[in-house]
Amino acid sequence: MTVERFPVEASHILMFARSIGDTNPIYSDPEYAAGTEVGSIIAPPTFAQSSAQFDPDYFLRPKPDKKWFGSGRTASGTLVRDLSEADGDDVADEREDDKQSGAAAGGLHAEQHFTYHRHLKPGDVLHTVTYDGERWEKQSKRAGILKFSEAVTEYRDEDDELVITAKGVGVVTEKVIDN
Amino acid sequence: MALSASQLNVGDSYSEQIVDDLTRTQIVQYAGASGDYNPVHTDEKFVTEVAGYPTVFAHGMLTMGMTGRMVTNYVGDGRLTYYGVRFTSQVWPGDTLTAKAEVADIRDEDGQKLVDLTITTTNQDDRPVLTGQATARLDD
Repeated sequence: MTVERFPVEASHILMFARSIGDTNPIYSDPEYAAGTEVGSIIAPPTFAQSSAQFDPDYFLRPKPDKKWFGSGRTASGTLVRDLSEADGDDVADEREDDKQSGAAAGGLHAEQHFTYHRHLKPGDVLHTVTYDGERWEKQSKRAGILKFSEAVTEYRDEDDELVITAKGVGVVTEKVIDN
Repeated sequence: MALSASQLNVGDSYSEQIVDDLTRTQIVQYAGASGDYNPVHTDEKFVTEVAGYPTVFAHGMLTMGMTGRMVTNYVGDGRLTYYGVRFTSQVWPGDTLTAKAEVADIRDEDGQKLVDLTITTTNQDDRPVLTGQATARLDD
């Protein structure tokens, strides 16, 4: 994922802080923040992940002109089979097939790392560059074969200075993990 | 309030309950703020009938965000230089989570005092849902 323009805005920081239950005024009150060491509102440590909002092609956001894989009239807008029209046994079989495919859920997030060169504040306008990292497989008792893949994202400001380096690891499981 | 190296010891710890009875609504709130609308987090019909999970579950990044609140409450605002985690178990609606940071090392890098923390977030059954590390700048 590459984001060409990620404007860091105070209202977005406020909403993000609320969503993680963080009432620290450093994320919402400019007068309070002015009297602290950092001197202004900053963003919470994991805020950079919401750059997804500014990726036009982000696959985990529904788009008006495209089928979405979540439910509407049916349980998934993109499943090739219409489960409601098959007879009972087939439905059960096909659901079992779907359940065996962890990929139906788009994979899971295994790890996330952030290195902070400085902290984000309203007014920053960032862009990102993402590199593919390592890929590896592991056998697990609970989930079958696990396929891991790593992506490194650099968040840079308007002077092209590195602000945050993020490393994410995703995993696609062979079987659903439900504990 | 930042921490001082002179008042900190390896083995010191700090913990907070970061959520009591996690709601589906908070998961929806996080989806909206972060932009991650994966239906496994918000869409009961999809997640039970298609993906095959018992119900929706929290974004790993929501747990990392809530755990980060404990970390910044401990080390102070704008002090982190690194924060990284591994998601070890899923977090479900109704879960109550406690996050703990323990001082693993206090060191000096180019004249700047730093603390390395080991982080663990556990659910109501004492099962770790997140493990990780953080590094923060200290006052002398």
